[in-house]
Amino acid sequence: MNFMASKQPENSLLGPEADSQRTLYPYVTGTSVVALKYKDGILMAADMGGSYGSTLRYKSVERMKPIGKHSLLGASGEISDFQEILHYLDELILYDNMWDDGNSLGPKEVHNYLTRVMYNRRNKFNPLWNSLVLGGVKNGQKYLGTVSMIGVNFEDNHVATGFGNHLARPILRQEWHENLSFEDGVRLLEKCMRVLLYRDRSAINKLQIAKITEEGMTISQPYSLKTYWEFSAFANPAQGAVGSW
Amino acid sequence: MFRNQYDTDVTTWSPAGRLFQVEYAMEAVKQGSAAIGLRSKTHIVLGCVNKANSELSSHQKKIFKVDDHIGVAIAGLTADGRVLSRYMRNECINYGFTYESPLPVGRLVVQLADKAQVCTQRSWKRPYGVGLLVAGLDESGAHLYYNCPSGNYFEYQAFAIGSRSQAAKTYLERRFENFADSSRDDLVKDALMAIRETLQGETLKSSICTVAVVGVGEPFHILDQETVQQIIDAFEIVGEQEGPAAEPDAAAGQGAAAADQGGSTDEGVAPMDI
Repeated sequence: MNFMASKQPENSLLGPEADSQRTLYPYVTGTSVVALKYKDGILMAADMGGSYGSTLRYKSVERMKPIGKHSLLGASGEISDFQEILHYLDELILYDNMWDDGNSLGPKEVHNYLTRVMYNRRNKFNPLWNSLVLGGVKNGQKYLGTVSMIGVNFEDNHVATGFGNHLARPILRQEWHENLSFEDGVRLLEKCMRVLLYRDRSAINKLQIAKITEEGMTISQPYSLKTYWEFSAFANPAQGAVGSW
Repeated sequence: MFRNQYDTDVTTWSPAGRLFQVEYAMEAVKQGSAAIGLRSKTHIVLGCVNKANSELSSHQKKIFKVDDHIGVAIAGLTADGRVLSRYMRNECINYGFTYESPLPVGRLVVQLADKAQVCTQRSWKRPYGVGLLVAGLDESGAHLYYNCPSGNYFEYQAFAIGSRSQAAKTYLERRFENFADSSRDDLVKDALMAIRETLQGETLKSSICTVAVVGVGEPFHILDQETVQQIIDAFEIVGEQEGPAAEPDAAAGQGAAAADQGGSTDEGVAPMDI
């Protein structure tokens, strides 16, 4: 059939073979990540779900990982692309450590490196299908930023990905303030995660909260949030609905 | 100087374990006009002697800004120095673009040294004939490095390279213990005094020297001629008053400065660099 030797370059945008070379849609995805700055550093929360379309297929996916000594990366979107990013960062941190010279890449540097990677992939029409949250503390300076799959990046006092932008950030805008204590920070994150649990179909009730400070990073054991399903307004949802459409 | 059968190319060892071509390249540095550097905990000052070829020409640029936080002074083949400065600027820009952070000077210096080393191990290349005094700031503070044509690099509190640099080194050796806590202005003054030592009798004027500063909160910049002349005037006056009480080396310099007619003793400086 195809006796003409393919003259297309490997990463050509034309033709069906070329399509298999680039990202078209994600397969196994994680949902929102929410993070905020508090008194001693950064707090980040993400559930442990990996959805396969609308199936809540994997329930022990760690979507937050430490990077080097100073940073914490959380990701939503395609899990395999997240693993690829961790591989790139592994190499980056390795070479950084090999200098062995007292300098180290801080969260700002890692964030900008990731921005370059994401933007470059987007320009080749082969994006890493993730929204990333990068937080950390170095020399007393707290840093929290985000990068999207098209390379949009910015820093803020609180960030979220996906549904978190719509449901969690309004809460954070109201209730976040400088120098939150650890307990208040966790309470605020749990409030956001609870709303996401109620309203995001791809959220599962098994989450971790990660903390990064000057001293280092810790990540909690998975736990679940208490939920309440007995609100009287929802007791008989069909009542009062007149007919069907 | 030496003329022997092992110095034809850089990839030939001598029986004594030396690479003569590399050593000859280091000679080129010694023949170039002087450059000095000194640092405190927060600032680094670079200075160099700028002699123009003739009265009609301008003098060569020997101090280059590499980035806001890094600068370099060269001695030797200035053309080689210019090329290496361009490499350094490129590295800083690329790092800054990827990481939005300044390239730590310690890493730049290692990259530079590795680049120089390559030229000592290829039969179709020659070593760079320029010594570089790299001044820069990074997380751990202020640093001054000396990069050699051999591919070696060293960190210094203060150093001088080029012709008659020994006089400057002697001056710096006497004073370096105070540099760490010096103020920025005292550091500049010490730099000018060290430059004056290399002039050996000639009057120190801002038209024959260049001074540059980099420090915490102060991006690398070359001081303009007027500022330098003002600083010179300020301490020359003080110097003359201290005349009788000054140490032998300093007194000789000041006495000759009063004489004013200092002609430069040209010791066969290579035409490639003034």
